[in-house]
Amino acid sequence: MSRYRFLDTAGLIFLAVVLAMAVLIPASNLLLSPDHPLHVPDYLVPLLGKYLAFAMLALALDLVWGYCGILSLGHGAFFALGGYAMGMYLMRQIGPRGVYGNPVLPDFMVFLNYKELPWFWLGFDQFWFAAIMVVLVPGALAFCFGWLAFRSRVTGVYLSIITQALTFALMLAFFRNDMGFGGNNGMTDFKDILGFPVQAQGTRATLFALTALALCGAYLLSRWVVTSKLGKVVVAVRDAESRTRFIGYRVENYKLVVFTLSAMLAGIAGALYVPQVGIINPSEFAPANSIEAVIWVAVGGRGTLVGAALGAFLVNAGKTWFTGVMPEFWLFALGALFILTTLLMPKGIVGAVSDLLGLRRKSELPSVPPAAPAPPPAAAPAE
Amino acid sequence: MASIRNRASALAALLVLLGLTFSGALSPAVADPLDDALAGFTADKYDDTEKAIQGVVATGAPTGKAILDALAAGRLVFDPESKTVLLKDAAGKLTLAKTGEAAPAELASRPLKTVRANNRVRRAVEAASGAFELQDPNPKKRIDAARAVFKSRDPAALKAIETALATERDAGAKEALQQARAAILLGKADAPEADRIAAADLVAGVGDQDALAALRSLPAGSPQAVKNAADAGIASIERWLSVANAFQDVTFGVALGSVLLLAAIGLAITFGVMGVINMAHGEMVMIGAYTTFLTQRLIHTYLPAIDGASLIVAIPAAFIVAGAIGVMIERTVIRFLYGRPLETLLATWGVSLILQQAVRSIFGPTNQPVSTPDWLQGSVSLMGVSLNWNRVAIVLFALGVFFALLLLLKRTSLGLKVRAVTQNRRMAASMGIRTPWVDAMTFGLGSGVAGIAGVALSQIDNVSPNLGQSYIIDSFLVVVFGGVGNLWGTLVGAMSIGVANKLLEPWAGAVLGKIILLVAIILFIQKKPRGLFALKGRFVDA
Repeated sequence: MSRYRFLDTAGLIFLAVVLAMAVLIPASNLLLSPDHPLHVPDYLVPLLGKYLAFAMLALALDLVWGYCGILSLGHGAFFALGGYAMGMYLMRQIGPRGVYGNPVLPDFMVFLNYKELPWFWLGFDQFWFAAIMVVLVPGALAFCFGWLAFRSRVTGVYLSIITQALTFALMLAFFRNDMGFGGNNGMTDFKDILGFPVQAQGTRATLFALTALALCGAYLLSRWVVTSKLGKVVVAVRDAESRTRFIGYRVENYKLVVFTLSAMLAGIAGALYVPQVGIINPSEFAPANSIEAVIWVAVGGRGTLVGAALGAFLVNAGKTWFTGVMPEFWLFALGALFILTTLLMPKGIVGAVSDLLGLRRKSELPSVPPAAPAPPPAAAPAE
Repeated sequence: MASIRNRASALAALLVLLGLTFSGALSPAVADPLDDALAGFTADKYDDTEKAIQGVVATGAPTGKAILDALAAGRLVFDPESKTVLLKDAAGKLTLAKTGEAAPAELASRPLKTVRANNRVRRAVEAASGAFELQDPNPKKRIDAARAVFKSRDPAALKAIETALATERDAGAKEALQQARAAILLGKADAPEADRIAAADLVAGVGDQDALAALRSLPAGSPQAVKNAADAGIASIERWLSVANAFQDVTFGVALGSVLLLAAIGLAITFGVMGVINMAHGEMVMIGAYTTFLTQRLIHTYLPAIDGASLIVAIPAAFIVAGAIGVMIERTVIRFLYGRPLETLLATWGVSLILQQAVRSIFGPTNQPVSTPDWLQGSVSLMGVSLNWNRVAIVLFALGVFFALLLLLKRTSLGLKVRAVTQNRRMAASMGIRTPWVDAMTFGLGSGVAGIAGVALSQIDNVSPNLGQSYIIDSFLVVVFGGVGNLWGTLVGAMSIGVANKLLEPWAGAVLGKIILLVAIILFIQKKPRGLFALKGRFVDA
């Protein structure tokens, strides 16, 4: 069936572009001399890497929002948890090179008079352990949260609000010094990753290439999920939850699988983000960040995967440009983006482009409801 | 009595003035205990001086305090010849110790001697000074002095307390004196046991921290019965203090709940009644606060006469400004998104970003000063808990707004139309209700109420562009917790969240308490996805 072909044209183009970036940008940065016109300057490599990590977060969000109809306003929490897991590994790698020179305790713990490492820091000196935690912690949180929420049929706006409350609660928790995660300063001043200096040009280029590859992997995995039978049921849940349930599917289980998978992808994105930006702090949990991630997806086109990644890349590039050139206008631009996208371009860039080209497959995105016969805004809003 | 004494002392002063004072030459009717006491100073012996101090205290003469102060400072002098005691102030000016009148000139030329003081005398002066306040003509001051003795439990003050108690008329002062006496007796090892037990009960009856300290610092070796009485007192005070603390937490919680109610009630209309997720709601609150700031500024500049009422003027102003902006948002953005709550959420988030940045560009990112009118300053004490007037005012104001809104929805034509559109939009439209107009008005109403909330919040929070953001999540939780589409649910939700927050705070700390509360609400929503008071009805996919 062509509409659920594993890789469509957009997907192939996307993979080609990201893979080309994975090869060409590190190559240009490392091999070409700095005055070569095609040379990618050093500062740009981690910046682009950051965009790719965001693109992966957007991809994860699109999986739940675009295909399952769950608008999570707390995906930043999973992203940040993955980032914290990676940050803890990087902190342990500092070893005796910290300001206080303590071989075991990170600086902030020495500062806060910790006598020994808290139990939840144990094992983070091993990369494999940290790598498992990057996936496991966000996944476990999403599983517990989703298990509760989907079984009790919390849907639509209510779910959005409690996901927002979740990330807000986590933000407050991580701001506390007593939590043992560095309080409001978070973790920074990283030295090594797997024995390679984090700041070095070669490490950064490698991290970039890895992020690009991870993005491709995440795309393939998501694409595989949405084109599988599971994916079809998930789309059915999005479009007619009750009907799917009445046919006999355990809706909550399908939602839970997708939600947990998405949280794990977000965690990996966060883990790739932290070594490239060199810091992780509680403001990553801020509810505003999660909502911003939603707009990346909306701008690119929800329910297209490619669009989500594209949107993340474009909006963040726009943010970098705006905050550099006229910082006071960035929030105006972002706000306008939110309004104009929802009002004028509900299918996002990818949707608009494929409409233009007449290539749009019949009903990959039937759920963005036509505005005209709007259902009544009931007292209990039905999503 | 007092007037007779005054007349007598005036007469005595006259005699002194005339230099006609011979000891024993005065008739007993005119003899004055103060004269006897003052005579002690002229003996120039420490023992006599000490007795004289007690004598002065016992007479309760109006100049007594000044006499003691002068003695401690080495400025109490006497004329050895006429045995007149005089006060010398820092400038060297002489006054009569007895009356406080200026001393006659001829005394100044005499060779005056200073009343000497050693450490023992100074200690006596110190104890007596506190006692002197106990004789102050103002009963309030007497009570304060007695409270001070109660706190210090200085055994040296016992005599002064008992003296004062003998003449005290004012019921309040008498009670305070008795309590002070009891506090001293309780710790006095040589007092009779029965007295000490009675004292323990009396001290326990005071029921504050000082009483607790007095009961706890019972000297070692006190009789068992006294100890038991003190322990019983401690237990009863602690019980009472924990009740008072709980009461204080509840009142603070109600105040916080009122703030939440104010912030959430507009949302209860737009979200609860219309089903519109307005993420810009917090910014409406912020605009209300800035309107307050501007109103105060304008009134201060152009109409300083009604400065005190500027907060009152700000209420309708904030309602109109925020309401107008709300109607504008509804007409330009939200009406295209009815029935798509998630898209509405995103679009209104965009609106909130723009409004925040607009305010930041116009007014700057810093906090704007909003003054609190005089009539909202100060506090009132209730059951030993002091409540700030502005908190009390916010509670009353929140309830006022709540009931006004309830009345509006239940008793006016607009309210009727709003409810009709809520229940069945198509049917309402068929009956001739202009549903788009009702939508705009409802949204304007919700936004206007948010603006009013901003007036109140400007009194307790910083007026900055971020003001609204700090309330938006709480407000949504209140509405969802209370049950969407039900104003009573919002009231109950706000109050329970506010009180729960304040009750958790002393136990878990402010931040952890808030986290526990958030998690609790998240879990609660799992249990009751439609909130405390869910609307019953038939909804597809609800």
